[in-house]
Amino acid sequence: MASPMKQEARWGVLMALPAIIGFVAFTFLPMIASAVISLTDWTIGAAPKFVGFANYTRMFTADDSFFKSLWATLYYTLGAVPLLLVVAFAVALLLNQPVRGQSVFRVIYYLPAIVPIVANSMLWIWLFNPDFGLLNTLTEKAGLPRSQWIFDESTAIPSLILMSVWGFGNVAVIFLAGLQGVPRQLYEAIAVDGGGAWRKFRHITLPMMTPTIFYSLVTSVIGALQVFVQAAVMTEGGPNDSTLFYIYYLYRTAFTNNEMGYASALAWVLFGVIMAITVVLFRNSSRWVYYEAGSTR
Amino acid sequence: MTAVLEKPEVAATAPPASRPLAPRGAGKKILVYLLLIAGAIPTLLPLIWLVRSALMESGQIFVSPPQWIPKPFAWDNFSGALTQVPFARYFLNTLILEAGVLVGTVLSCSLAAFSFARLRWKHKNLVFGILMSGVMLPYAVTLIPTFLFWQKLGLVNTYVPLILPHWFGTGVFNIFLLRQFFLSIPYELDESAYIDGATPFQVYWRIILPLSKPALAVVGVFTFLGVWNDYLGPLIYLNDSDKYTLAMGLASFQGTYTAQWGYLMAAAAVVLLPIVLLFAFAQKYFVEGIALTGLKG
Repeated sequence: MASPMKQEARWGVLMALPAIIGFVAFTFLPMIASAVISLTDWTIGAAPKFVGFANYTRMFTADDSFFKSLWATLYYTLGAVPLLLVVAFAVALLLNQPVRGQSVFRVIYYLPAIVPIVANSMLWIWLFNPDFGLLNTLTEKAGLPRSQWIFDESTAIPSLILMSVWGFGNVAVIFLAGLQGVPRQLYEAIAVDGGGAWRKFRHITLPMMTPTIFYSLVTSVIGALQVFVQAAVMTEGGPNDSTLFYIYYLYRTAFTNNEMGYASALAWVLFGVIMAITVVLFRNSSRWVYYEAGSTR
Repeated sequence: MTAVLEKPEVAATAPPASRPLAPRGAGKKILVYLLLIAGAIPTLLPLIWLVRSALMESGQIFVSPPQWIPKPFAWDNFSGALTQVPFARYFLNTLILEAGVLVGTVLSCSLAAFSFARLRWKHKNLVFGILMSGVMLPYAVTLIPTFLFWQKLGLVNTYVPLILPHWFGTGVFNIFLLRQFFLSIPYELDESAYIDGATPFQVYWRIILPLSKPALAVVGVFTFLGVWNDYLGPLIYLNDSDKYTLAMGLASFQGTYTAQWGYLMAAAAVVLLPIVLLFAFAQKYFVEGIALTGLKG
């Protein structure tokens, strides 16, 4: 019989084995394969042909759709993420106030976040309907001009940004958990000093929340850069490619045009963009993110 | 997040570290209520619009200016929508997927998490680190080779590509979360079981899993939501409409019946309803899960 130590190690490897196989089979090998495929001209049905970096040069020199999709995705991300964070933060502050009925309001504010994305997309096509939709009804009531919303090139992305902000609930919950983790003594110290609500917010709440804000910023940016369903279900990338989000363009390249080589190259460029943005965010974070000395988090 | 997961039995209901100071005076309280109500209106309005449209006859839907109360209540929108498209079939398909993915995820992720948290073996931490690095990779990178792999095996248009990877711990974040939780369970429990001659698998199955129900519930709820919401996966892998999931069925319904908003909103409501019920019964796991993922940083 093997020694207990050896036996423990055996069990250890055995029990982690499914996950290790899964990593190799569904992450590591596909990653290598994707890098290789991105160097080929491979249309489904034909044999792959090695073309070196031609896919990458084509992207940057001969593909308008690539730039359009990059622009649409960055525009969406730049608009949606800051708005989402601000709204979620405001809501979290409000939901953190100890008033009666607090839990009811928490449920109400969280509801939009649980709507399944396809159902959500359908709902918003209907809300955006220029003739009979809710939004134009409201703008008219407010004396504002009607909008074509997602059905016009210039307003399509802002409309989808508005839609994304409605799903603030998940980020608000994260912020709420962060607010509840702010040590109460800090507020009491300011109260002793005679500080008002603004000082408490500016000098305690906000600095103590910066790690949570930073985390939400990074995950929201990464999520927004990979927006897909809205383009696939609501706009099909239109009108006039204005909502040709990157993943949607990649999907069409791979599964409508069957260009597996070019689509793989697109995927690697997206990976590069995400990494670059993440690195920039982390580099800048030391300037504004406050980590409490000795904090375990 | 380690702070929240300190002890298994309190993980789901970890008390807030602090409570903000109560609003002083009635004036501030009234202001808080006013803001809460003012914010609840735009939050709820789209959902109210969804329900009113789902219950309205098409004649009334296209009245301008729009009306809010259905007259009469068109309950047959639901039976209409549900019979135009085989939603019962889609529902069953989705449940089959859910079952396959849920069981696979919970088993493979908890096995690996147990190994990483409680067994000693060589290079364990290195292997864990490599597995975790997988979360950095956008799914777009592995999407195409994985698809080509399943195509080669002739398994496109089956549920295998949508289920099998989940039996191999591909939801690495779940491994991370469960490992954190398992680490917080006192090790003496394992030791006394080993003295009684238990194997590591018995310790995992009889001691650790029963103590980890809150963490398993969080993983379960979020896995369920992930499958329910997934659109890209079924879109790529399922061709025959009788294999569609609810999300796909809903999207294709939207493409076919563009102007029948009563039907469309009734269908969207049907897809939303199970999630609302799940939320009603498992609210604390929703909030807990989001808060945990959010505080991971």
